[in-house]
Amino acid sequence: MTTLEQMITIAAVILGTAATRFLPFILFPARRTPPRLVTYLGQVLPPAVFGLLVVYCLKDVSFSPGGNGLPALIAIAATVLLHLWKRNILLSIAAGTAVYMLLIRTVFIA
Amino acid sequence: MKLKALKAAFPLTIPILTGFLFLGFAYGVYMDSQGFSFIYPMLMSLLIFAGSMEFVTANLLTVSFSPLSAFLLTLLVNARHLFYGISMLERYKNTGKKKWYLIYGMCDESFSINVSADPPADVDRGWFMFFVNLLNHAYWVIGATAGGIAGNLIPFEIQGLDFVLTALFVVIFLDYWLKTKQHLPALIGLAASAVSLLLFGADGFMVPAMVLIVFGLTALRTRLSAEKEGAGA
Repeated sequence: MTTLEQMITIAAVILGTAATRFLPFILFPARRTPPRLVTYLGQVLPPAVFGLLVVYCLKDVSFSPGGNGLPALIAIAATVLLHLWKRNILLSIAAGTAVYMLLIRTVFIA
Repeated sequence: MKLKALKAAFPLTIPILTGFLFLGFAYGVYMDSQGFSFIYPMLMSLLIFAGSMEFVTANLLTVSFSPLSAFLLTLLVNARHLFYGISMLERYKNTGKKKWYLIYGMCDESFSINVSADPPADVDRGWFMFFVNLLNHAYWVIGATAGGIAGNLIPFEIQGLDFVLTALFVVIFLDYWLKTKQHLPALIGLAASAVSLLLFGADGFMVPAMVLIVFGLTALRTRLSAEKEGAGA
């Protein structure tokens, strides 16, 4: 691929990404009320999308011996428990990540 | 007004700071390993600003030239942004010219913060969201550029730090769960994604998962809307 072809490819990706971000705002501009179904989806989608993103983060974990699946699940459990207890977002994320990093270095060495 | 918004925004972006510097660095190192100058990860992180798609683009640049298929693939990989946009229609109202950048730079993580955070009443919400975007964007570009420059010096010591993004999503998911008694949308999100992952595998599950989620939520609209009104929400 020539440099020009690379630039065009990158431009196509930029355009595609921007399209997915701008489309809802073009279809439903601020002065027009979006259809009720769209408003409804806007309300119920976020919790569902975060479910999707959690699964997305875990899509490549492996549960074979030496895999990172079990330490990830344990670290998620730790994150959830700490968050239920303290309700501090930064603390929950930091501690959960620390648990994960510790586990893959000590207990679940690949 | 701007400084106040920046001060309110920064603490919430700290988890993203670590996550993006690390992942961005990894992306820069990856681009270097594919033989690209640091200019590439720098410009791509700045202009595309969609992490997973940037990794995919690194591959696209090494295969045969096909801008149309690159465009279509991008639409698929980034289709989740459509969800984000629909959720942000209300929140982005009355944000003036900042709206262009709020939309252009709406990555997963900025969306996570902006859709769920409630800045103090004396902080301008538009500027707050603007700085959340800008800070996250800056972390990502800095990480990617540094990685591209540092090249093959891979930091083994911080292996596992990418779990901050998993933990972030888990915590936000949990916050949504605790905010409401209506858990069906959250459960549909998890279940549809898990089923899709089992059926379609890690590389192809996102689009079917999104289709399942939209269909599932639409099918349950009458029930969920009724529950919501019944709860007085």
